[in-house]
Amino acid sequence: MVQFTLPKNSRMTTGKTWPRPEGASNVRAFRIYRWTPDDGKNPRVDTYFVDLDDCGPMILDALIYIKNRIDPTLTFRRSCREGICGSCAMNIGGINTLACIYGIDEVEGDITINPLPHLPVVRDLIPDLTHFYAQHASIMPWLETKTNRPAKEWRQSIEDRKKLDGLYECVMCASCSTACPSYWWNGDRYLGPAALLHAYRWIVDSRDEATGERLDDLEDPFKLYRCHTIMNCAKTCPKGLNPAKAIQNIKKMMVERVV
Amino acid sequence: MPYLTDRKRAVGAGASGSGTEHHWKMTLSSVALLFLVPLFVVTFGNALGRDYAGVLAYYQRPVPAAIALLTFLVGFLHFRGGAQTMIEDYVGGTARKVAIMLMVCLAYGLAAIGALSVIRLAL
Repeated sequence: MVQFTLPKNSRMTTGKTWPRPEGASNVRAFRIYRWTPDDGKNPRVDTYFVDLDDCGPMILDALIYIKNRIDPTLTFRRSCREGICGSCAMNIGGINTLACIYGIDEVEGDITINPLPHLPVVRDLIPDLTHFYAQHASIMPWLETKTNRPAKEWRQSIEDRKKLDGLYECVMCASCSTACPSYWWNGDRYLGPAALLHAYRWIVDSRDEATGERLDDLEDPFKLYRCHTIMNCAKTCPKGLNPAKAIQNIKKMMVERVV
Repeated sequence: MPYLTDRKRAVGAGASGSGTEHHWKMTLSSVALLFLVPLFVVTFGNALGRDYAGVLAYYQRPVPAAIALLTFLVGFLHFRGGAQTMIEDYVGGTARKVAIMLMVCLAYGLAAIGALSVIRLAL
């Protein structure tokens, strides 16, 4: 259900402003969300100054700079540093994206960094993605077959393979789902853009034999039809994918079963 | 918070088996309104400025009366579906069910008033 105000224990406070690096001339300010479950305090915004002449070009480089040189308690996920693992998804300058492929020069003024919106926070920039992953698991993200023929290779035409382009590239970073107002208000029942994009990826796969069951599982006013084509998902996707289009294609298939 | 597995929480009670019909009805009524609303504006514009007898005579013609009648019926049917979706988006629990009931009464009531008014003019 919709919430217009933050709970009392989630309201932001002003945190610590860390000292500027000595002798640096090319400095950017980073205003970063901080919260730990250990002290019982409200979340705060700490301000850090990063010497851009001594730091890589990406937001993740700046976060690593801060963690290594200024404040080792700053917590965030990261792994591949090239947009493949989806670990470092966060809200940067108001946009959900991957810190590793988002340039510092793409943000004007002070750079604000928050965890992905409308998810429980584990600590600092780490959201709790448990429900998001469980929803993904619920759409059966694997090739489902009923027959045992062919026994070895399941062939696919070039045209059918092309239908998977724009779908298989999703890295499950959750940027799209957490940018979707429908997912904010009804995320307990609405599957969200990421899970639905993955659902369509298996529905449209010519080798999959569970198309009807997959569509049956989505035949629900909340699981699928909370998508109102707001398009935040397509706008924010750091991989340039279009989950809204995939959802629209699922709806088309649903209608074709009825009409 | 109840102790549920992550999967149980995500799947809930499963798919309800409905939703496409609502979606298809909304699509159909949207397409119908795409034609009906401009036609209604034109015909209603033609009736504007006439005296009572003139308006009565105008709406006793079958085409303007049919356009007005269909616009009211399809329009409020579309309103009913859209408002239900909006309520489902923003309201939860028992309030959701009560709000949908009230909204359905309002939509059908307004549709009936509109339809009866046009019929009264036309007959």
